Amino acid sequence: MGHMQTLSRRAFVFGSAAMAGGIAFGAYASAEAATSASDNPLAAGLGPNSVTFNPWVEISPDKITLIAQHADIGQGVGSVQPIMIAEEMDLDPGQFEIRFAEPSPAYFNTGFADEFAPFVAADQSPAAEEARAATLEWLRKSGLQMTGGSSTIPDTYQKLRLAGAVARETLKAAAAKRSGVAAADLRTQSGHVILPNGTKIAYVALAAEASKIPPVLDAQPRDPSKWRMLGKPMMRLDVRSKVMGELKFGIDQKAEGMLYASVKLNPSKGQPLKSYDAGKARSMPGVRKILEINNGVAVIATNSWYAMKAVDAIACEWAPSAYPAEQADHWKVLESSFKPEFLGKEWKKIGDIEAGLKTGKLVEAEYRAPYVAHQPLEPLNGIGLVTDNGMEIWVGHQSPRFVQWVAATAIGLKPEQITFHNQWTGGSFGHRLEYENVRVLAEIANQMKGTPIKLVFSREEDFLQDIPRQIAIARHRGSVDKSKIVAADLQLASTTPLKGLLERSGTPSKDPDGQLAAGLWNVYYDIPNFRATSYEAQGLSPSTTWRSVGASTSGFFTESFVDELIHAAGLDPMTARIAMCTVPHYRKVLETVAEMSDWKGPLGNGRGRGVAFVESFGTPTAEVVEVTATDRGIRIDKVWVAADVGKVVDPLNFESQVQGGVVWGLGHAINCELTYAKGAVQQTNYNHHEAMRIYQCPVIEVRGLENDPKVRGIGEPPVPPAAPALANAIFAATGKRIREMPFNKFIDFV
Amino acid sequence: MIELTVNGIKRQVDVVPEMPLLWVLRDELGITSAKYGCGVAQCGACTVHIDGKAVRSCQSHIGEVAGKSVITLEGLDNKEHHPVLQAWIEHQVPQCGYCQTGQIMQAISLLRKIPKPTDEQINQVMSGNLCRCGTYPRIRAAIHAAAAKKMAEK
Repeated sequence: MGHMQTLSRRAFVFGSAAMAGGIAFGAYASAEAATSASDNPLAAGLGPNSVTFNPWVEISPDKITLIAQHADIGQGVGSVQPIMIAEEMDLDPGQFEIRFAEPSPAYFNTGFADEFAPFVAADQSPAAEEARAATLEWLRKSGLQMTGGSSTIPDTYQKLRLAGAVARETLKAAAAKRSGVAAADLRTQSGHVILPNGTKIAYVALAAEASKIPPVLDAQPRDPSKWRMLGKPMMRLDVRSKVMGELKFGIDQKAEGMLYASVKLNPSKGQPLKSYDAGKARSMPGVRKILEINNGVAVIATNSWYAMKAVDAIACEWAPSAYPAEQADHWKVLESSFKPEFLGKEWKKIGDIEAGLKTGKLVEAEYRAPYVAHQPLEPLNGIGLVTDNGMEIWVGHQSPRFVQWVAATAIGLKPEQITFHNQWTGGSFGHRLEYENVRVLAEIANQMKGTPIKLVFSREEDFLQDIPRQIAIARHRGSVDKSKIVAADLQLASTTPLKGLLERSGTPSKDPDGQLAAGLWNVYYDIPNFRATSYEAQGLSPSTTWRSVGASTSGFFTESFVDELIHAAGLDPMTARIAMCTVPHYRKVLETVAEMSDWKGPLGNGRGRGVAFVESFGTPTAEVVEVTATDRGIRIDKVWVAADVGKVVDPLNFESQVQGGVVWGLGHAINCELTYAKGAVQQTNYNHHEAMRIYQCPVIEVRGLENDPKVRGIGEPPVPPAAPALANAIFAATGKRIREMPFNKFIDFV
Repeated sequence: MIELTVNGIKRQVDVVPEMPLLWVLRDELGITSAKYGCGVAQCGACTVHIDGKAVRSCQSHIGEVAGKSVITLEGLDNKEHHPVLQAWIEHQVPQCGYCQTGQIMQAISLLRKIPKPTDEQINQVMSGNLCRCGTYPRIRAAIHAAAAKKMAEK
């Protein structure tokens, strides 16, 4: 992690707790961070008579502030993070403010330890846990502060409750000192310490005294049976202000004396501007300035619309693309990538694959998944102000420290000279892990020193610059014999989303892209001869993480192919999966979705059901999709989902995330692709890349299970099974096997 | 100068008449509940009411809005107790929330025309409002709940 500061080299205990697995591992990971004062970024900004116990809690004489370390991109973590602290502190909603975390290594993401370690999630052996502990130490040293990978709950479940418990017990200790009553005889309720005689002391009134005593580090989070808010349907803290139109997203912010900017960048991503003619734009209404930036032009104007209109009127000559200009050539590169020189990694090999493939009936199939766009409804934007001291930037982003590095690098500053203010965002789906807006905003603000600049991408520009989801081809072979799957040889050629993101974040990796293993090697079926291999296509469009990343494509490939094998073996798709599943609590997920959907084999009469099961980001998720083949095309009637996250901390938002994930997975599988022509994507607004609208949205029934020994996330895992479950349902209803997304190229949808 | 009435207040703006109402609201008047999503009437995030009808403010030139009455979500009557807003809160419809102000303005318009819509009618009228987070199941539930609330009030 080249440019990232190394955390303090404080010794830590590589103790047995780390090896115990499960929640104990999480507690170990976070106990030190939650109770450490030395690296607490809140300490520097503390006002008089105020106290901070850890990087997540700050109390001043007039208010309590809880820090949300993970960015809120619509998934609700701006609410659940503070509520986890408030649960332990006995605070009620309304008694605290929420602030997004500043860039700091104290907010490193412990939740990535599982995803980054080279073991499948279901493997919780001592060797796997040891690797995860080592990964955790690397994360701690690198200070990787990032929201993503469905990691918010895994990262914070233990550490934020612990942070709240430390705050609570320290406030009690301060009250004990003041009152002379033993801390054990005090209790807390609604933001107050309560003495045995009923006297209430507000936390804010204890801030000064609490700052003078050492924090109570042996505090423990409460048993879930004692929870007031967590584990029950709760009102998200951001719902009311969003409904009332009061919540300010990044795009709604203002700065005194601000001007507006819009940009036109080389649609061949990453390539420079050759020349431009802004003659017409200069005299258009509201235009203040035309700027040349690294790979395009910017217009500074008195409002966003004037800026967009004027930038649209600039004629640009662009340098040609570094990747194939035409889409057909992207596919050709992928087709020729199944060769040793492009080998990413052979992720898994069990048994004798060649002998296995020669046994019984051979099944071969090729699957394809196109580039797709993120396109959250709030377009990329940001406000930037460069002065002689550095840059201030207001932008909604998932990687605060990388924002500092990207902005600083763009204009020759040091990362610590960038002051970052995170914002509520109108969705992300992976878009706000990238930096298109950050880099150009830094360049523009640097040329407009002293004036705050608000940059808003037009939707068209946002589409053109959106670094897409990976494109991929799978060539799978397998065999069935005597009603059993004997072999599966899964081969994938793909662009590399995670590698690309890491490189653009200034932390390039030479390792094989681990996201190309997702959905490919973590296959939990009893198949005696199994191999999973990834090939990394070179020289194609940059690609990046898109809600569920590698599993969004490989989940479709693998679970479609497994379905083909099951049908070839003459088995029922549900009972065969249940019978083959090797992990008991994963089998339970399948059994649950079978029970929810009352699965009883084929439906007939033009109706069909498909099932798919994918574990991604540690969360096993099974979905059943039911469709009807009508005269006008396929109608998606209903979806059932079961997922095991170990602990459902907010059942209502859990359901929302699952429903949203299913809509995301189905919508893009049906009708979305990005295609390149002349180096630029041809889809530049929602009418070309529609995903799902309400009229196509099925009823979606959801159940959360709590059998996994670890606490898992739910933002992404509902996505990967949606597309294969739909394809499998269409096969069941029509006999037509669709092996390529988007499906509407092959069949109509109502 | 172009004069218009926004949320019952007369406002004057000095912009070209082709400027869309959306950007006048957002950048000139500081009214931000109407969102920019697509600029081409594909997403519905900019939906406001003009003379009582739901319109896409990105497609309404300010010159044509002059003299008309514009209502944004901020200016709804009885906002704190509005049955649609209440239903939206009770059903916790928003995820990122960016499209929701537009969804709500469209839903209010729907319920004015069809007090008790079926799922099919909801699908028809609400299909111009895109939600990338996938809140559609909750949008349907909230509209049914709001319809029931309105019935109960009558």
